[in-house]
Amino acid sequence: MRNTFSEALYQAATKNPRVYIVVADISPAGSMGKFSAQYPERFINVGVAEQSMIGICAGLALKGNRPFAYTIATFSLYRPFEMVRDDLCYQNLPVTVVGMGAGVIYSTLGGTHHTQEDIAIAGAIPNMQILAPCDPLECTDATSWCAERSQGPTYLRIGKAGEPVLTKDAAEPFEFGKVRYLRRGTDVCILSYGVIMKKAAELADRLQAEGKSVSLVSVHTVKPLDRLGIAEALKRHRKVVVIEEHAPQGGLAPQTKQIAWDIKATCQLHTFTLQDAFIHNYGSHDDLLAAHGIATDRIHAAIG
Amino acid sequence: MTAAAAIRPNSLDAAAARARCLKFRRRILDMSQRVSALHIGSAYSCTEIVDLIYYGLMRRKADGSFLDTFLMSKGHGCMIQYAILEDLGILSRADMDAYCTPGGRLGVHPDHGNPGIVAATGSLGHGLSMVVGMALSEKANKTGGNIYTVLSDGEVQEGSTWEAVLMASSLKCDNVVAFLDYNNFQSLGKTSDTHPTFYPLVEKFTAFGWESVEVAGHDSAALFDAVTQRKGGKPLMVVARTTKGKGVSYMENVPIWHYRSPNRQEYEQAVKELEAMVRS
Repeated sequence: MRNTFSEALYQAATKNPRVYIVVADISPAGSMGKFSAQYPERFINVGVAEQSMIGICAGLALKGNRPFAYTIATFSLYRPFEMVRDDLCYQNLPVTVVGMGAGVIYSTLGGTHHTQEDIAIAGAIPNMQILAPCDPLECTDATSWCAERSQGPTYLRIGKAGEPVLTKDAAEPFEFGKVRYLRRGTDVCILSYGVIMKKAAELADRLQAEGKSVSLVSVHTVKPLDRLGIAEALKRHRKVVVIEEHAPQGGLAPQTKQIAWDIKATCQLHTFTLQDAFIHNYGSHDDLLAAHGIATDRIHAAIG
Repeated sequence: MTAAAAIRPNSLDAAAARARCLKFRRRILDMSQRVSALHIGSAYSCTEIVDLIYYGLMRRKADGSFLDTFLMSKGHGCMIQYAILEDLGILSRADMDAYCTPGGRLGVHPDHGNPGIVAATGSLGHGLSMVVGMALSEKANKTGGNIYTVLSDGEVQEGSTWEAVLMASSLKCDNVVAFLDYNNFQSLGKTSDTHPTFYPLVEKFTAFGWESVEVAGHDSAALFDAVTQRKGGKPLMVVARTTKGKGVSYMENVPIWHYRSPNRQEYEQAVKELEAMVRS
């Protein structure tokens, strides 16, 4: 996903001389090398200085530019948090904070490199928008939206590498602020976002093989959340399942429950999130997710 | 007329600067009678510096707008900026009258979006990185614009300030001119007591790739010379030796005046002392 992000950003920078990228000592994956070679004055590497990365982005935006701050999610959002809040969100500047490898993707690197609470933290700040594309194609759409259309700060939560394409035959195109049906069904609706959509798709495949009619929905815009779209999903399906790679509090799962209460939903609602715990497991991404209780078999069994 | 000729060059009339600084200190003193707190000592500390930036250093384009940019990194000193913006007609009398009131738009710290205010500051250690970002934009767009800023010496205890110090020199921001309001006081007491190893200052900035010079911070001519006679090619840090609460004896170097407003009797004494300061 980081390669498609960097290619989309390179394309955006080619179209618009106001697009900058400020990186914090991160390996130049994909088209990042092309970006830095062709637009050296708009490719800024601050080194290991993330507070400055955000402040510089704010200064660039104050002069009318559209900068992206780019590094591993924990370092782009947590380390410089007050700069994100004050410099970007309080001033409502069109800066995109890219959280690469978000969630627990960096499974073997340990808890210092995980962002289990980023949606809750970013989502709590006024003006902040959150986009979490589910595959490389959606990442391209989301990146282009940030570069070309966003009017305020955005936390762009992306994966790392090797994510399968899930949206090629999506029932709907990407539209900021709207839930996106990748598949449309009538019995079960699975709501998810980000790279964990792969597990949601596996679950959908299994349910469909059992003869169920399944909706698979990418809630790529986590903030502002498409409350009407979620309400519709809750009304039109007998069973709704939320799967998210995030702590139980402050993410999609509790917000879906709030909406369900508000509309007096009568469907079954099952939510699967990371635990409110630091888990010391140094296996694969899947292994760590399983340790948190997110595994296709387990979810399949739990929803009955 | 060429574009370059249309740009007003740097200039200083020292007598006019003294008269303005008296006027601004008086204005801030008057404002202090409306509110319980306004960081008066912090504003008096950098009065000559901010006055010089606006009236002696920032160049204007042919259309009258500023070519250069000023960002008040030590946001708590912004009363002097407000007084100057009022003098320039950028803020109105009504804005000043509504300072820290429910219907007003001016608060204790500068707010992004208000006339003449380029960035919201108040939390220390944010300004210099924003200055670097603005400086990079000016260089990429070849506008020729300089970015001026004022930092507090307490603010230089923030690690983020040193990230930005390093960044400004590494990224060759020779269009950055920073003033360090070196008044040796912060909220709790003397900065030199908090961090005795912080000194000397100039050497720290030169070691980080800046040009740096220490001057008397209430001497407009010395401040002006420090900027206009710089070697150039690097960001400039003018370490300005100042006195917190400068001009009012009972405020000078007394930490309580970081924040509080004088009562009526104190006000009247302050007026007399400020008038005497200019005559001396």
